[in-house]
Amino acid sequence: MMTLARWKVILVLLATLLGLLFTLPNLLPANVVAKLPPFMPKNTLHLGLDLQGGSSLLYSVDTAALQAERLNNTAEEIRGLLHDKQFAFTDLAVANGAITLRPTDATQTNDIVNLLRQSVGAPLAGAGGGRDMTVTATADQRIRVAFVPEAFDAEASKAVEQNIEVIRRRVDTTGAKEINPVRQGKNRIIIEAAGENDPEKLKRLIGQTAKLTFQMVDESASPEDLQAGRIPPGDEVVASSDGIAPSYLVKKRAPVTGEMLTSASPGFDQTTGQPVVQFRMNGAGARRFGDITRQNVGKRFAIILDKKVISAPVIEGPIPGGSGQIHGHFTQESANELSVLLRAGALPAPMKVEEQRTVGAELGADAVRAGATSAIVGLVATMVFMLLIYGMLFGGISLVALGVNALMILGVMSATQATLTLPGIAGLILTLAVAVDANVLIYERMRDELRAGRTLIAAMDAGFARAWGTIFDANMTHIFSALIMFNLGSGPVKGFAWTLAIGVFTTVFSAVLVTQVLLAWWFLTTRPKTLPIGH
Amino acid sequence: MDFWPLIKVLPVRTHFRFVRLARLFTPLSALAIIGSLFLTLYPFKPPCGGLACGIDFQGGTVMDISTAPQPADPAKIHAALRGLNLNETVQTAGAPGAALLRFEAPKGADASATVGRVQAALNQAFGRVKFNSTDVVGPTVSGELLGKGLLGLGLAILAMLLYIWFRFELQFGLGAVAALFHDVFLTFGLIAIMGRFGKIEFDLKSVAAILTIIGYSMNDTVVVFDRFRENLRKYKRMPLGEVIDMSINEMLTRTIITSMTAVLALVALAFFGGPTLYGLSVIMLFGIAIGTYSSIYIAAPVILLWGVKRADEEPEIVTAPAR
Repeated sequence: MMTLARWKVILVLLATLLGLLFTLPNLLPANVVAKLPPFMPKNTLHLGLDLQGGSSLLYSVDTAALQAERLNNTAEEIRGLLHDKQFAFTDLAVANGAITLRPTDATQTNDIVNLLRQSVGAPLAGAGGGRDMTVTATADQRIRVAFVPEAFDAEASKAVEQNIEVIRRRVDTTGAKEINPVRQGKNRIIIEAAGENDPEKLKRLIGQTAKLTFQMVDESASPEDLQAGRIPPGDEVVASSDGIAPSYLVKKRAPVTGEMLTSASPGFDQTTGQPVVQFRMNGAGARRFGDITRQNVGKRFAIILDKKVISAPVIEGPIPGGSGQIHGHFTQESANELSVLLRAGALPAPMKVEEQRTVGAELGADAVRAGATSAIVGLVATMVFMLLIYGMLFGGISLVALGVNALMILGVMSATQATLTLPGIAGLILTLAVAVDANVLIYERMRDELRAGRTLIAAMDAGFARAWGTIFDANMTHIFSALIMFNLGSGPVKGFAWTLAIGVFTTVFSAVLVTQVLLAWWFLTTRPKTLPIGH
Repeated sequence: MDFWPLIKVLPVRTHFRFVRLARLFTPLSALAIIGSLFLTLYPFKPPCGGLACGIDFQGGTVMDISTAPQPADPAKIHAALRGLNLNETVQTAGAPGAALLRFEAPKGADASATVGRVQAALNQAFGRVKFNSTDVVGPTVSGELLGKGLLGLGLAILAMLLYIWFRFELQFGLGAVAALFHDVFLTFGLIAIMGRFGKIEFDLKSVAAILTIIGYSMNDTVVVFDRFRENLRKYKRMPLGEVIDMSINEMLTRTIITSMTAVLALVALAFFGGPTLYGLSVIMLFGIAIGTYSSIYIAAPVILLWGVKRADEEPEIVTAPAR
């Protein structure tokens, strides 16, 4: 053992050099790093949001709302279909994840079921065919329409992907490219924005569903009916966006929707000078918009965003070109925000913030300072302690091993771009402080063996051989706790687990191999008769 | 210099009779565990019992704000937020103008949107307010985090039991796990007591700290067990208690040195690491101390109680040599 095997020396030198190479960008000023030759790594440590400041938002996609919306739309389809085919029915309702209705004439039940089976729901992809909704006649003489559960799950999953797409488009138009929405689990999306101190604006950009519809206002119902809650079938009540104006009664059917827009941009009204959002529709939208405006001159249509009426202008004449402008109580900024949302499209499914963490840049800088101070104090104290206990030579050797260990950890962290968090710094300090345990185990074992009467060289050999098993077992225990911590979620704690895990490997390497090479070197060059750590 | 390196001056071999004192310490530990359990659970307030629940596990919103140069007058903050119906608590400490707001959004309201309203209300009352950090955790996520945290602790203990069983013997594994339970319960007790003084909250970071303690306590136990196993083979006729004493004494220097380096690092963290790391480091400091203690006074006595196989024909397991 106390020989200098060439591969050991090469391995130690290589690890040290690589560690140094990958750690270097962290130690040099940024402008020097930029000028490094191309083969040099340039990645610095990737600081977590708690260190550089920023926001992280965890959204859950409301697939239940998506289901409710699809069911409501289907119910309206059914209403229209049955009216066209002149089937009489009552009690059309959406409840408990299904649509139910009762045919007035029970003998028509089978005909209705057959009709609906052919036309309701979307065809399923794949060879099996069929549709994503089932139509059944129930025992109480009703007809029940519901989703095939697997089919809806697939659709919900697709909606989450589409939500991510839409978010990406929205974020891209604002130029904040470094924000990357990532799917988490079944129906969650996590968004991390480094340096974003005020997530409120980000939330307006990302979280808003931005579902735009044009619906006709139903002015046939009397205010008394509305007061009494008698809403004509096929109508719905929608609140106004400012919360002050009274609610509107509108037709549920939306002939023109935001999907038909090809462009939207902020602008100003030519006569009043108020900020407005100008839009242009595609061919289908323009045709429908033209038809509706021609047929309904003098009536009002409501422009509805996320179930709130932005405005409800009176149609003064046909609008054939498919372009127009939305008046609301916009400021220049909110007109701009709405344009961005409309251009990027609506979220297929609404989302809700489940978790939000924001750290200001100053607090982050404070954390970096606190982490650095405690790292320096803690490590210097450990080093002085080791020198006091084991002297310049053996203490020094453990410090060199410690240095190589630190370089390797920082190198691996920089190269893999693993996130360093404040608890991660704590994990790093603790790992390094306890890494000397391996040296202590080796040294103490050597002293034991010397006391047992072995020769110096035999004692040194046995020290390594016997301590190795203990070091291995003792370090494995950390791997288990780190792995479990990694699965706990939450960014800062993950960072802590990651530093612990990397540290275990580098510690075993540096404490065993680096210490061995240095001790062998000392032994071969000085041929000592006794150990300086004595007995 | 006669006193340096210190290792030459430290006693070479100690002969403390640890096992004899177990009669005294083990019942004391049992009492401490019962007390800790009581403090952890009482007054049975869900979801965290007697621990000061952080928002990770309880859900809600915490905002760290600064109204400097104006003083952060709690009455003024409450007045500003009156209309929002938040039932907020305000804690002022440390720097002038610094305050910690904690509240739960009223039922049905979007917690995240409430943050925007609170910011607007505070800005109106104080002029410009600095929002250092904001954490919002919804009820679904907090429930999941608590579940994951407790599951993680259970899994960690189970993993250690299996590993020690695999590397040593079942009796060793049971001893180690008894020591782990001791460490984990006492740490919960510490978190409960510190929580009552408003110093440490039970959150994900505390769970991470406890998991780290499990790692270190195990580390210590493994080192003692390793020597213990070796001595069992060497001295086949020596009574079990004496073998345990001898093993602990032999590893005492190492135990003290390693604990010292960990303590040095953790004290530095507790003093200079700021409020985020304070709880984490105090929990771990405590853990290192009781982890060392439990290896000697819980793990070893359990083995003594249970006994180990010391069959003569048992083959010598040679530890893997370092090549």
